[in-house]
Amino acid sequence: SDGMKLDVRLPIGGMFALFGAIITIFGLVSDPAIYERSLGININLWWGFVLFAFGAFMLIMAWRAAKKNKQ
Amino acid sequence: MHGIQLGSIDYVLLFIYFAFVLGIGFALKRYTKTSTDFFLSGRSIPAWITGLAFISANLGAQEVIGMGASGAKYGIMTSHFYWVGAIPAMVFVGVFMMPFYYGSKARSVPEYLKLRFDEKTRAFNAASFAVMTVFSSGISMHVLAKLLEQILGFNYHLCIIVSAAIVLIYIFLGGLTSAIYNEVLQFFLIVLGFCPLVFLGLKSVGGWDGLVAKLNVVATSPTNPAGKAFAPGAWTESWAHMNSASANPMGVEWFGMVMGLGFVLSFGYWCTDFLVVQRAMAANSMSAARRTPLIAAFPKMLFPALVILPGMIAIALHQDGGTFLPKDAAGNVDYNMAVPAMLAKFLPPGLLGIGITALMASFMSGMAGNVTAFNTVWTYDLYQSYIKPGQSDQHYLRMGHIITVVGILLSIACAYVASAFNNIMDMLQLVFGFVNAPLFATFLLGMFWRRATGHGAFFGLLSGTLAAALHHGLTLPAGATMGIKGGWLCGGHVLHTYPVDMAQNFWAAIYAWSACFVVTIVVSLVTAKNKTDNELRGLVYSLTPRIKEVGLVWYKQPAVLGVIVLIAALVLNIIFW
Repeated sequence: SDGMKLDVRLPIGGMFALFGAIITIFGLVSDPAIYERSLGININLWWGFVLFAFGAFMLIMAWRAAKKNKQ
Repeated sequence: MHGIQLGSIDYVLLFIYFAFVLGIGFALKRYTKTSTDFFLSGRSIPAWITGLAFISANLGAQEVIGMGASGAKYGIMTSHFYWVGAIPAMVFVGVFMMPFYYGSKARSVPEYLKLRFDEKTRAFNAASFAVMTVFSSGISMHVLAKLLEQILGFNYHLCIIVSAAIVLIYIFLGGLTSAIYNEVLQFFLIVLGFCPLVFLGLKSVGGWDGLVAKLNVVATSPTNPAGKAFAPGAWTESWAHMNSASANPMGVEWFGMVMGLGFVLSFGYWCTDFLVVQRAMAANSMSAARRTPLIAAFPKMLFPALVILPGMIAIALHQDGGTFLPKDAAGNVDYNMAVPAMLAKFLPPGLLGIGITALMASFMSGMAGNVTAFNTVWTYDLYQSYIKPGQSDQHYLRMGHIITVVGILLSIACAYVASAFNNIMDMLQLVFGFVNAPLFATFLLGMFWRRATGHGAFFGLLSGTLAAALHHGLTLPAGATMGIKGGWLCGGHVLHTYPVDMAQNFWAAIYAWSACFVVTIVVSLVTAKNKTDNELRGLVYSLTPRIKEVGLVWYKQPAVLGVIVLIAALVLNIIFW
């Protein structure tokens, strides 16, 4: 897309979606005691979701660009 | 020692990052068929990618660890390195200088000097730049390994080998494109890895108002990092205390700051350093090349929130009990540990892995930036020009691969030199400072005064370097002893004593730039022009047709973008006045 050799949004989206999924799941299953240092906030759950959403957004953008290019 | 315990999830995240970084290199291998692909990305990359790479290549050790430490030591005044010391220069290079770099089809900054001036000016710049990039890469490697050894207990040698191997593999396989793609990945990792740290840090001190209250206590305490009491606000107001060098923790007055940092050093780095200019030269059009530094300026002006604020929060927390920041071997507070200490305090396993990965990414992007700039300058400006001209493109591509390996090996050697002899590295950094300070005067006259000659440029550069060395030899920062800090020309009876060494550096740059500017003009006027007007077309402002950005929407026009960036930077300066 955009004349790119490889759409850079693919590795960025893939990595952050994977990071986000792992951290969100870890936030769901981890011992709440570890969140004392993050002021009692389950920051893994919330920020993991943000990372996943960012990764998914990048992947969708790359997919749309590839689709547009095919046409 | 401020130990951080990584959990297994943190290691998983670190390995995933390494896998993606190497994966990009392998995926790009099949697109790297010519030397232009390897060294210049085939000039095929969109502006948003080159823009993020432009800023990320500069995100080395100095940025994340160094600016965090400065945030603790000087407070919000550290933002001058962004809002004064980067943004105006980034606008200038995008709007005014990029048409010459990109339009001349020069493959590197030293090659532009050859086209505009002559061979000796190019050789001087290429040789000094090549040596400097290898040392910078080595220092980045050393600081990363030392930091990981200190905070995680990792083996120093293993850190050196692993970081060098990863950078080598992805550059060897995909060349500049691989470096640029990884820099974009690293940019997002650094932003998304540090955001939760700033959020939690600010929340813990009671938000911005709570931080200001705590930092006012720091400012008025004689035990603060500067060792003397200032007016309240000295840590949270960027300009209000700059009338006198003794009224602020940085020890610099406004003129030295604006001219030394904001003009000479800043324009010298952002407008002439091939490490960052190379990213813009990889863009897919003139318009994209011009927009590259302007796009980079938007995140750059917001970066103080990510890298300076954690340092300010760290010193506020340290002031509470005096134990938050660890001490170094000499028993002094180690401000370089401000960001790692914040990571250890606030991030739980999981996000801690992201934070540590972001820290490693910043060092690796700095190393990769230096190595890609080094291999291009070596191959095009030294090897092809003086050692083996007239060879096939495949020959130079092969040399690019070989010199990438050599560059990494030299960086490793420099890392070990740095670990064994700290003073040698200080000395080298000092000499590089002498060479770099006058550079912008040469480019300014070269691009905007067609009468400037090759002899003028060469002797101007030499005299600027000499002026910086003379200034260093005749002055000293307060409390420093004669030697690497200065004063070595006058047996200790210095001509001037600066409040701090930062002020000495800023003024050295001012003297070097002025000497270069004056000597270049004088020598040019007494020597014959060595280039015809026809040869200078596309290289000098007055002889180059103005670029008309036809059909570009308003928000993609460099001049409009430049004005928006400057207004935004001005607003930030006023908010934190």
